Amino acid sequence: MKLWPAVRLHRFYYYLILPGMLYFVVFDYIPMFGIVIAFKDLSPFEGVRGIFTGDWVGFKHFVRFWNSYYFWNVMRNTLLISGYKLLFGFPASIALALLLNELRHVMFKRVVQTISYLPHFISTVVVAGLAMMILSTDGGLINAVIVHFGGEPIHFLGSPDHFRSVLVISHVWQSIGWGSILYLAAMTGIDPGLYEAARMDGAGRLRQAWHITLPGITPVIAIMLILSIGGLLNAGFEKVLLLYSPAVYEVADIIDTYVYREGLTQLNYSFATAVGLFKNVIAMILILGANYIAKRMNQTGIW
Amino acid sequence: MSAWKPTAGERVFDLFNIVLLAVLSLLFLIPFLAVLSTSFISAEESMRRGAFVLIPERVDFGAYDMLLSRGMIIYNAYKVTLFRVVVGTFLNLAFTATLAYGLARRTLPGRNVLVLIVFLTMIFHGGLIPNYMLIDAVGLKDSLWVLVIPGLISAWNLFIMRNFFLTLPEELEESAVIDGATPAVILLKIIVPLSMPAIATIGLFYAVHHWNDWFGASIYINSQSKQPIQVIMRNILLTGVVHDETQLEFIKDPPPAATLKSAVIIISTLPILLVYPFIQKYFVKGMLVGSVKG
Repeated sequence: MKLWPAVRLHRFYYYLILPGMLYFVVFDYIPMFGIVIAFKDLSPFEGVRGIFTGDWVGFKHFVRFWNSYYFWNVMRNTLLISGYKLLFGFPASIALALLLNELRHVMFKRVVQTISYLPHFISTVVVAGLAMMILSTDGGLINAVIVHFGGEPIHFLGSPDHFRSVLVISHVWQSIGWGSILYLAAMTGIDPGLYEAARMDGAGRLRQAWHITLPGITPVIAIMLILSIGGLLNAGFEKVLLLYSPAVYEVADIIDTYVYREGLTQLNYSFATAVGLFKNVIAMILILGANYIAKRMNQTGIW
Repeated sequence: MSAWKPTAGERVFDLFNIVLLAVLSLLFLIPFLAVLSTSFISAEESMRRGAFVLIPERVDFGAYDMLLSRGMIIYNAYKVTLFRVVVGTFLNLAFTATLAYGLARRTLPGRNVLVLIVFLTMIFHGGLIPNYMLIDAVGLKDSLWVLVIPGLISAWNLFIMRNFFLTLPEELEESAVIDGATPAVILLKIIVPLSMPAIATIGLFYAVHHWNDWFGASIYINSQSKQPIQVIMRNILLTGVVHDETQLEFIKDPPPAATLKSAVIIISTLPILLVYPFIQKYFVKGMLVGSVKG
């Protein structure tokens, strides 16, 4: 069929598509062109006009970022927080799925699942609020226990020694249950005959979990691991923003919070855009690289 | 499985597993219980027993009374949140479903290019500042619509939905065409009813996002009358500012700060805690539709 008649034939579907595509053009593609301000000197008081009138400055803002003290600080914090979350959160969900899978009491299993998914549906504001109250030095639950056993109360959220642990633990608390869903789903796909055969050979429950269940979900584990590598530069912007304070900037400041402060509170639009663009390019390389590896391993890839 | 008798070792393992998971469940619940209890203690009890208690001696509604009957801030914030959940989710679904349905048409000329255009937005974006400038330039700042329009379509949800449409048999539409149905009739009378499971799941995803989101509102909205409940809650939790001072003067024994904060958390979380057990299974299903099948 020639192109034009084919297009005419489908005109109803183009009408359907139009509003959605328009949305992506306006709210995703126009901001993409907005990144030119990373290469300009923009005064926020000029507003959008500055995009066209500002002077080109090349890589000035990038160089300033790379040479600043903040660069290493912010990169280190981002990778450390994100890396710890991966290190502790990732295996935790797999372990929970394995334990849930071994439960034979169906009602109890449902109840545990329902409870463990719950924190995933709670707003970050509430999670941050819970953390602040439980960790408060003024009678917070944790400090009450510490004091009860004769210790000194600890100002967890204001102490550089503890801040990252709080982020990581609250992340695991919030995500372990929801993260286990995929693994549980993958486990239902394992051939029950394999377990029968293992029993015949005298394998106990632990050996079955180790030799059948775990290998059975390995493809899903691999995909999830690769996906999370793509998100390595996302260390959890909203929670850090809600919980951190100048006292812990040194260990808590991540790329996203730095962009937020430089851009929206200091009004250094061009510089903040440059930092954001730097992050975005690295993240894109990570995602594309991760997908390439996934394709190599599974033949399918994530897209 | 039932044909096999559990050995002693397995019984020990089962018991250990049950205890472990029960303890874990408590770890998820205790923070909520502690906040619930704390929201009920009176100023007098708080002075005597400390800011936090696990079991209050006497249930005191002082904090709720103050938050819900003196001042309209909470009600107003609830109205804003309700608006964004209802109107926002409806628009999300309308825009997402139409685009997904169009992009699921296998014979559509130019389909691959259009899919690519959407897909690229998932791996590259302008970032915080260019987005902020755009919202400012189009005049959405400090408007209720800023809570709805900039997040109209999530590319991720769009692709889940498109995958669903792609699983519907083509013969269905072909036979409807033979019976003389127009594309619009096919969409409304056949496709939409058949897609209710997917539409409901994606709708729930969008609705929970609207309910929980705060960051957009916190940077784009200045007037207090347009702030959703999550932003009000953040202000109270972070700064402890509950009401303007003139209203506080009329309260003899204001509830302690921790009690007020707890009550705020309960008030703004209760609706989702109440509906959550009922909608949870749909989420689980939707999650599986989206990711395992891909």
